[in-house]
Amino acid sequence: MSSKLSQKMGLGAGGMIGGRVALRLDPQALAHLTSGRSVALVTGTNGKTTSTMMLSRAVSHLGPVATNHGGANMPDGHVTALSKQPDAPYAVLEVDEGYFPEVCRASAPAVAVLLNLSRDQLDRVGEVRTIEKSLRTALAGVPGVVVANCDDIMVTSAARDARRVVWVATGTGWHNDAASCPRCGDPIRWQGEHWQCTGCDLARPRPDWVTGDGFLITPRGEKVGLALRLPGKFNQANAVMAVAAADALGVPVPEAVERLRAVSNVAGRYRTIQRSGHRARLLLSKNPAGWSETLTVVREADHPAVLVINAHEADGRDLSWLWDVPFERLRGRQVIASGERATDLAVRLTYAEVEHTIVPDPLQAIDAMPPGAVEVIANYTAFRDLNARAAQ
Amino acid sequence: MNRPQSRVSIALVLPDLLGTYGDFGNAVVLEKRMTWRGIPAEIVSVNFGEPVPDSCDIYVVGGGEDTAQTLAVRHLREHPGMQRAAARGAVVLGVCAGIQIFGESFTRADQVTHAGLGLIDSTSHAGGTRAIGEVVATPADGLFEGLLTGFENHQGRTVLGPSARPLAHVKVGTGNDGSVEGAVQGRILCTYLHGPVLPRNPQLADLLIEWATGTRLAPLDLPAVTALRAERAKAAGV
Repeated sequence: MSSKLSQKMGLGAGGMIGGRVALRLDPQALAHLTSGRSVALVTGTNGKTTSTMMLSRAVSHLGPVATNHGGANMPDGHVTALSKQPDAPYAVLEVDEGYFPEVCRASAPAVAVLLNLSRDQLDRVGEVRTIEKSLRTALAGVPGVVVANCDDIMVTSAARDARRVVWVATGTGWHNDAASCPRCGDPIRWQGEHWQCTGCDLARPRPDWVTGDGFLITPRGEKVGLALRLPGKFNQANAVMAVAAADALGVPVPEAVERLRAVSNVAGRYRTIQRSGHRARLLLSKNPAGWSETLTVVREADHPAVLVINAHEADGRDLSWLWDVPFERLRGRQVIASGERATDLAVRLTYAEVEHTIVPDPLQAIDAMPPGAVEVIANYTAFRDLNARAAQ
Repeated sequence: MNRPQSRVSIALVLPDLLGTYGDFGNAVVLEKRMTWRGIPAEIVSVNFGEPVPDSCDIYVVGGGEDTAQTLAVRHLREHPGMQRAAARGAVVLGVCAGIQIFGESFTRADQVTHAGLGLIDSTSHAGGTRAIGEVVATPADGLFEGLLTGFENHQGRTVLGPSARPLAHVKVGTGNDGSVEGAVQGRILCTYLHGPVLPRNPQLADLLIEWATGTRLAPLDLPAVTALRAERAKAAGV
């Protein structure tokens, strides 16, 4: 069936059948298309697309890699990506947290990477603790290695029962969803970087890999410089997770680091566009943890900022999360509220005492800024639309 | 509590357990709407594992997941500062999980019934479907001007007893049961609405502040808030 399906899907140039149709024709398509390949899955709330790109670059040292660049992270996107490269012996797939159990069962991954877990789109994805429990069950069935962030309590709980876990200290984690233990409910106590539950034995595992500022330390104790082109602490965390996963697949660490170091733009994220005398850097942030990290990145300079908010289904229709983002950090900066839900953002900024104006169209908002550097931070559909328009 | 000279303290109760839906914003709105009018105010965060003070003027309780809700009830029973304050007339706002745990009991989807804090004459149980979406409702008994708007995301359904009055009558959305929304009993006020509810409904925020300070507030016009209210009511088809 697998070859028949691939043949069907490969019918001439432009004759590709979409993943959704293929799954309808053959519900086992994902299992067939992954069988015989060495598969790595990447999931978590933030950093999936970047880490998947880093890992696929690193694994390409071993041979051709099938991967779903650009965030099509549900089973139809996986089928499309895999059937584009039927002969690639490796597959590196970004997986939506909600679909992870299904994809995991179908693909029997050699490596599963769990980056972080925090609140995101509560009306669509559901609450963090529900996701943690479903990932916990799925990861216990992973035949290969689980690479997990031990600085994230939810991740640790989800990964701990897996057969083999490689723990990575990333130095990043959103603690606001984890005051109480996901296992027993008692309070979690922090002591420096170490954390432990006061009621049961859930505690920070001893890390195999450690993320430093600009470097990583391998399980063998070697220190390797990162020198990434992508900004921010969270991209260093993404890089170390990717290197640990590549290492589990057999990529030598120096080769892995060299390859992912070259990543400079991930599906348009972090790229700078030139427009009407402005150099606008486009940053994607989808939820409180992501926004919090991005506000740290833009803190490095005092450039004006355009913040763009939509609330389509893919963004989550409930914008309550805006109140979990520390916008107060933008006080004193020139700010424009933009996007289809600019008014919701304007109310949040008003109460954060951040002076701002409202320009709903993000390109016009960039034009309205003084010439020079502008930071543009947008949530999912706002970013997607802005990126497409900027490319025209 | 007529103490305009001293600082009005707003207790943000267990934000680390019941802070899932940005309800922290309710405390910020209360604080800013007072300080901008020259009434000194402060937010006091009371985290899981810490005793709950009984000396605050306003208590704000947010929404949370099932496990968090059970833990919150346990914590608030062990440290009954908020209940003591409510008994002496402090103002209490309970959102979503708040309305469920403030009642006499709440029954989950697994049919297990948990005792509530008994602050409100109500019982809650799990409904068949999850209510998710924009809500528009008319305030009951002329409690405040204009419409009550917000975003709901809950499975609970709530039935009020004779001592509790509804906060509002539902025009769009579900609220407690598809007909009424929220509960008011003395100075305890509950709602299913997020958004958070107070940024979206400044008249409700001011009502709570007037209850707490005993002073009549000067109007406070925030153009962004007025625009947002119009936008959300229109989006809900009202």
